[in-house]
Amino acid sequence: MEYLLEVKNLTKRFGGLVAVNNVSMGVKEGEVVGLLGDNGAGKSTLIKMVSGVFQPDEGKIFFMGKEVMINSPMKAISIGIETLYQDLALAENLNAYSNIFLGREKLKKVLKFVNVLDNDYMLKESKEVLERLKIEIPSLKNRIRVLSGGQRQAVAIARSIYWNAKLLIMDEPTAALGVSEQKKVLDLVKLLRSQGIGIIIISHQLYDVFSVADRLVIMRRGEKVGERNIKETNPDEVVSLIVGAEKVVQ
Amino acid sequence: MRNIVTQRNGIHRFFLQLGNKWAIIFLILGAMLFSIISPGFLSFNGIQVILFNSPYILLFGLAETFVIITGGGGIDLSVGFVMGFASVVSAKLIALFVSMGMNDLSSIITGIVITLVIGIIPGFVNGILIGRLKVPPFIATFSMLGITHGISELLIKGVVAKNLPALAGKIGNGSLIYIVPGKTVSFFIKPLIQRGGQLIEILPIVFVIPFIFILIFAFILKRTKFGQHTYAIGGNVDAAIRAGIDVKNHLIKIYMLSSFFATIAGILYMLRYITGKADAGVGFLLDGIAAVVIGGASLYGGIGSVWKTIIGCFIILVLENGLRMLGFPTFYKYIVVGIVLIFAVLVDQLFPELIHEEV
Repeated sequence: MEYLLEVKNLTKRFGGLVAVNNVSMGVKEGEVVGLLGDNGAGKSTLIKMVSGVFQPDEGKIFFMGKEVMINSPMKAISIGIETLYQDLALAENLNAYSNIFLGREKLKKVLKFVNVLDNDYMLKESKEVLERLKIEIPSLKNRIRVLSGGQRQAVAIARSIYWNAKLLIMDEPTAALGVSEQKKVLDLVKLLRSQGIGIIIISHQLYDVFSVADRLVIMRRGEKVGERNIKETNPDEVVSLIVGAEKVVQ
Repeated sequence: MRNIVTQRNGIHRFFLQLGNKWAIIFLILGAMLFSIISPGFLSFNGIQVILFNSPYILLFGLAETFVIITGGGGIDLSVGFVMGFASVVSAKLIALFVSMGMNDLSSIITGIVITLVIGIIPGFVNGILIGRLKVPPFIATFSMLGITHGISELLIKGVVAKNLPALAGKIGNGSLIYIVPGKTVSFFIKPLIQRGGQLIEILPIVFVIPFIFILIFAFILKRTKFGQHTYAIGGNVDAAIRAGIDVKNHLIKIYMLSSFFATIAGILYMLRYITGKADAGVGFLLDGIAAVVIGGASLYGGIGSVWKTIIGCFIILVLENGLRMLGFPTFYKYIVVGIVLIFAVLVDQLFPELIHEEV
């Protein structure tokens, strides 16, 4: 099957430091790829080149079979690549549906010339996308501030899905959550996979990654040191790849 | 994780609701208290006095509501002296046009229109400094306070701008509705009455004009994309940027709006007192900011509403007028407003769950 996203020989340098060195990887539709590595391994820099925050110094990015230049976060979003950052980027003082539509508000006209927010429409659409994702939130009119961490995560995911994300990049999606909420988010990841969305998960929690990922890409000091199908590896091997305890040649 | 668990049952909910509305309860209690200890407080004249004193605090409250909601330390300290600047510029222009031989009405209208354009320049500069050049709002607007103060004093050379046509004062002290009991009702035009005859004036023009802006901008803040983005920037500026909101330009518009309201306040002052004074707005900055905070806005941004600010404004106006009727000089008001402001901020910090759950 063809890759949804494929990066080839990406390199990013910051002055003398080579943050990402000649890395290639890919994600298929309906596939979850876990991106693993210690702090400073280059995971974040790699995904920031895909989400438009950084421009690669060398290498190419292909999305849906075509080479793309992703020169800004808005460009990434417009072609269907959504990134969920650790801090979720939600306005806590606004309610769930306002956050889902933030920056892309649906408007209606009153008195034929005044544009006002079409809250009813946004509420209805938000309900639908949350139902599709089997997410329950007490009231979509509640401010984000009063929601739990998992519910916030769910709203952030719903926002990217509503705008037709084809590829979802998740940076430490379970880091700030309680145990039961972690499970809900992981269930949500599985649901999204079944709906054909490609997902890259960055995480330190090996258990989480093993429970949802189909494939793992392991990075160390800016280089890709291994790629494994989840069924053909085990946490011990992955840990040794991450820390570089043994050189595993594939 | 900041996960506020709110019990929704029974008495707890009752107190939450009560706490949510403490400002309006405070307003009603204050008005009742003063009307008991000072007869005539809630009389027709008492209310008329409050409305005549209201325009500056209402307009400053409106300006600071938008500015404070954008967060990031957003505050506009320059409104007081932008108001003075506008009163001076409009008075000077109108006197100039009259001396050039224009008739009174067209001098006044032209002078006001030009002042409105000049008056938003301080806000534009503030906005550029804060939005584009990342100068802290406190520093940018504090500097602008000094600059507008200095320019105003230069224009009037240390005295006040005078020589305005009498028509200006008629507008500034006029009312929307006039009733001669048993005879006529007229709008805008003051009817001639016999000596000793009774005339009831309802809704001063200096109150009606700010009130129209309040209606329009309460709607804009609550119902439009502009308002939504104002809240979003105050809630999480990074989220706003990532959602594609043009935060820099939005802040420029917000500070221009703030200067625009201050300019209107200055023009109304000029019309009411038929002078332009550099320090016309000096006492109203504290009132305006206090009204916003008493109305429940958060100084950290993202929370607040125009109507709640208006309640805050009237709490201060009631206090001011009540204390004055009891014979206390004005400076007692500053002390009380200062204490109420601190009290309002403490209530918000100690009881974060008082913030409405729903929006």
